[in-house]
Amino acid sequence: MNFDFSDDQKFLKNEARKFLEAQCPTSRVRKVLDEDAKSFDEDLWKAVGEQGWLGAAIPEQYNGLGLGRLELCVIAEELGRAVAPIPFASTVYFLAEAVMLAGSEEQKAYLLPRIAAGEVIGAMAVSEGPGVTSASTLQATVEGGTLNGVKLPVTDGDIANVALVLAKENGKPGLFIADLTDASVTRDALKTLDPTRDAARLTFKDAPVRRLGEAGQGFELLEQINDRAAVLLAFEQCGGADRCLEMAKSYALERYAFGRVIGSYQAIKHKLADIYVKNELARSNAYYGAWALNTDAPELPVAASAARIAGSEAYWFASKENIQTHGGIGFTWEMDCHLHYRRSRQLSLVAGAPRVWKERLVSQLERRNAAA
Amino acid sequence: MDFKDTPEEAAYRQQVREWLAANAPKKREGDPDPLGESSDGLAASKAWQAKKAAAGYACITWPKEWGGQGGNPIQQVIFGQEESAFPTPGNPFQIGLGMCVPTVMTFADEDTKKRFVGPAIRGEEIWCQLFSEPSGGSDVAGARTRAERAPDGSGDWIINGQKVWTTGAQFSDFGIVICRTNPDAPKHKGMTMFWIDMKDPGVEVRPIHQMSGGSGFNEVFFTDLRVKDSQRLGAVDDGWRVSLVTLMNERLAVGGASGAGWSAFLESARQTPGLDGGAAIKDQALREKLADWYVQAEGLKHTRNRTMTALSKGETPGPESSIGKIISAVQMQELANSAVEMLDQYGIINDPSLAPLRGAFQASLMSAPGMRIAGGTDEILRNIIAERVLGLPGDIRVDKDVAFKDLPTGR
Ligand SMILES: Cc1cc2nc3c(=O)[nH]c(=O)nc-3n(C[C@H](O)[C@H](O)[C@H](O)COP(=O)(O)OP(=O)(O)OC[C@H]3O[C@@H](n4cnc5c(N)ncnc54)[C@H](O)[C@@H]3O)c2cc1C
Repeated sequence: MNFDFSDDQKFLKNEARKFLEAQCPTSRVRKVLDEDAKSFDEDLWKAVGEQGWLGAAIPEQYNGLGLGRLELCVIAEELGRAVAPIPFASTVYFLAEAVMLAGSEEQKAYLLPRIAAGEVIGAMAVSEGPGVTSASTLQATVEGGTLNGVKLPVTDGDIANVALVLAKENGKPGLFIADLTDASVTRDALKTLDPTRDAARLTFKDAPVRRLGEAGQGFELLEQINDRAAVLLAFEQCGGADRCLEMAKSYALERYAFGRVIGSYQAIKHKLADIYVKNELARSNAYYGAWALNTDAPELPVAASAARIAGSEAYWFASKENIQTHGGIGFTWEMDCHLHYRRSRQLSLVAGAPRVWKERLVSQLERRNAAA
Repeated sequence: MDFKDTPEEAAYRQQVREWLAANAPKKREGDPDPLGESSDGLAASKAWQAKKAAAGYACITWPKEWGGQGGNPIQQVIFGQEESAFPTPGNPFQIGLGMCVPTVMTFADEDTKKRFVGPAIRGEEIWCQLFSEPSGGSDVAGARTRAERAPDGSGDWIINGQKVWTTGAQFSDFGIVICRTNPDAPKHKGMTMFWIDMKDPGVEVRPIHQMSGGSGFNEVFFTDLRVKDSQRLGAVDDGWRVSLVTLMNERLAVGGASGAGWSAFLESARQTPGLDGGAAIKDQALREKLADWYVQAEGLKHTRNRTMTALSKGETPGPESSIGKIISAVQMQELANSAVEMLDQYGIINDPSLAPLRGAFQASLMSAPGMRIAGGTDEILRNIIAERVLGLPGDIRVDKDVAFKDLPTGR
């Protein structure tokens, strides 16, 4: 047993941090935030591609680096810390992982090298409206290889060229690969809580699609994909939450009130201690998830749920209490606090809200408990 | 990162399993007792400790020459995992082996160490920690129990005063006690640590009736208790530094509160009728809480394991271990309360022959307030994290540079 990353992985993390500090200061994030027309940081996306990160976990036979998922985890943590405004999660955690998990040889050979080369931006098109998407609410349909329906919000839907779409075929849910550059697809940008990660409404009118994985297995496959993504998203959440703690701490050591630094008041000290505790619990759960992901362990669904729940809770708590620690200045557009507050919402919702994951976790514990 | 055993670890686990299967008790004697409130199980506890010691499992990471196994922290984790599957008796040795004896081993001379370490490991002698006093527990450096040199020039010390909340004092053989030796110095600079014989006539132990009904902790009075200078641990007036060694070990020893956890809750929720006649486990509000407790418990387990990995790489345990008790004591209280509320009107029944799981939730509910206080309160642990992990300033102190005898006191 060894509950830590290896020295090589720590080295990679360190390099990733240095790279992102140089290439992705929050001034760059703000360009995407402030310019309505700008959906993501294209230069950063290119630079990240040149680092090989897009193909980090893609096997060498598909032009990836062939590293493990643990390497992807440390990169994810740094991207989260930097609030990177790029479609990395949609492309790497969702699309690439889905294709590696369930794609045909042909789909792998077509998509994986293009993802690794930075030519493909992915998107997950699942939600169709308010509330949880389930077999009984699902409207989009596929018939004779063409898709009709409306999906929103689709994170990165305005910039992606390939989407995975959940739709019914002969009444049964499936996942389908759609080419978003096709004329049959209309995209409308949406206003979102986190403008550094844009989303769109996608309208499909007789769009040609190919199925990913087995017919009728849409939700099962989606769960497996979400499990994988959840672990990687949890590392982004840990990175973001730790950054919030750092920001809160350094402000608490500089700001004076009533003749002393605010960090000397217990109300602030204990708040920061609580952030620290939540962050550490999230990190420990994420580590277990990383191991389960990397070894494709049968524990993955439970481990991923725990990682996602803890990660969502920690980042939410850290991001809101970081603003509180800053007082009035924390509520300004100029301070970076809200970048994390926004991103924490984006990350908690993008693969299904924590409530849904808690339900999933408990159903699995029930099954395990009944079997024991 | 690897949450599975290496081949060597798997072999060790196998060896542990075989040993436990042959030696561990199959049936619990008496009820589980998170605070060691009764001494009923003492004989069983001592017998089990002796067996473990003989096989080297009592203090796995201690050097062989001191009766340990010279093993690594991961082996300790493995043994703990495997042992927890058996209904082993309570562990009244934790305070001694986790805190007092390591302090003795750090500060005492060879003869003293030789005298005490073996019997402690084998469970023949039990130790208690005599720090808290009526005037202060969080503020250990406020100790008023006096130790003065005997007037006969022998170099002996005479101790007078009172300790309180001393867990296990009623059945302890020895203890470590922090005393005021120089009231003219500021509080942290005038204390000295000694080990004492709890059976000495100068020591009187009076059990305290706890809110939970039991009497696990005690008042301890010292009346002209005479101790040899060789019983001193560390230099005269340097007791504060010695106590820090004890307290650092405490953070590892008091890893977390026990008591009925999430799986007991799940089991109970499957069997208890809920809002609409179905099982309580169908209640969405309970499901969400259950998920949160599971995630916290898993997070703590892996946090402890991360600490063990760090230890096995030669790093020393830092104040971050305080996380364990902050989370687990509060969870113990909240979980027990939800479990009791789940029973609706029936929840008020505190009779093991009627209450589910022999009243384990009611017992947890009544013990939990103590867990949030013992070994550092919730508030003190948050201070420790804020100050020693995050580097925030210490609280403003009015007591640092004042002679101890001139400090203001309250109740
Ligand atoms: C079950 C149990 C077993 C115990 N076993 C032992 C034992 O074996 N040996 C031993 O020596 N002691 C033992 N104790 C004592 C324990 O260590 C003390 O009770 C504890 O440290 C608190 O001290 P106190 O009771 O004097 O409360 P106080 O220190 O008076 O605290 C009262 C309240 O004030 C708060 N407070 C105090 N200082 C601060 C501060 N600086 N900032 C913010 N809040 C503060 C506390 O958090 C608490 O809420 C035990 C206690 C219990 C409940």
